[in-house]
Amino acid sequence: MTTVQIIFIVAAAVTLGAAIMVVTTRKLLHAAVWLILSLLGVAVFYVLLNAGFLAVAQLVIYIGAIAILMIFAIMLTRHLALDIGPQVHRGWPWALLIAILLFGGLIWLLSSWSDVSTELPVMSSRADPLTDLGVALVSPNAYVIPFELASILLLAALIGAIYVAWPKKEKEG
Amino acid sequence: MIPLSWFLVFAAALFCIGLYGVLARKNAIAILMGIELMLNAVNVNLVAFWRYRAPEMIAGQAWAVMVFAVAAAEVAVGLALFISIYRQRKTIAADEINLMKW
Repeated sequence: MTTVQIIFIVAAAVTLGAAIMVVTTRKLLHAAVWLILSLLGVAVFYVLLNAGFLAVAQLVIYIGAIAILMIFAIMLTRHLALDIGPQVHRGWPWALLIAILLFGGLIWLLSSWSDVSTELPVMSSRADPLTDLGVALVSPNAYVIPFELASILLLAALIGAIYVAWPKKEKEG
Repeated sequence: MIPLSWFLVFAAALFCIGLYGVLARKNAIAILMGIELMLNAVNVNLVAFWRYRAPEMIAGQAWAVMVFAVAAAEVAVGLALFISIYRQRKTIAADEINLMKW
């Protein structure tokens, strides 16, 4: 067992444990904090996969923006009765069944796939994934159109969020 | 050396936990958290396949960046909707929001 494998197992255990706490814990604010821990664990996986840029983006976008936004929303929509009563629907055993069945199905699919134990290909020393990514995102031959679409989507979401959350006067309905 | 299958099994587990959260939780913001977990699992898969199968092409990372952007947009609009609903109904429990149920 190498050091990398130990890091992987620890990070996986922390991430999955935190994820389980996110979906089961009663207090929503605690769930948000567990979510931050889980996202941090995923950032470790990006580092293990030589995707440093994504790890940093994970920290900045997910933990810095999305998780904090969720905490704000939780505080703005505080509903004390919700923290006391049950946090799940009546049909939660069905949800658990579906999740376990899906997991079993995915594992079965993976075990029947012969290529699954591929070893890590060596990255050539002159390869620079970050530069490649930057060039690919703005190159007309690669991903410039999805990139621009994503920026338009973000702008539309920004305007839409402001419009939806804007307090309306009574008469406008 | 970590085999590819470890990443895939981890991502499958994270996805299923997120799916359970989406299906079972009552609070709308908790449902959104489940969706975030699922999107993260997908991203881990994308990056793992990129690293193991085609490290010379950047497609996996590029799409992971797109998923980031879509996730941010989705959370912004979703939370704005919840705040707007909360203002009118004083609740964001998913089973009490039935405005659109004929």
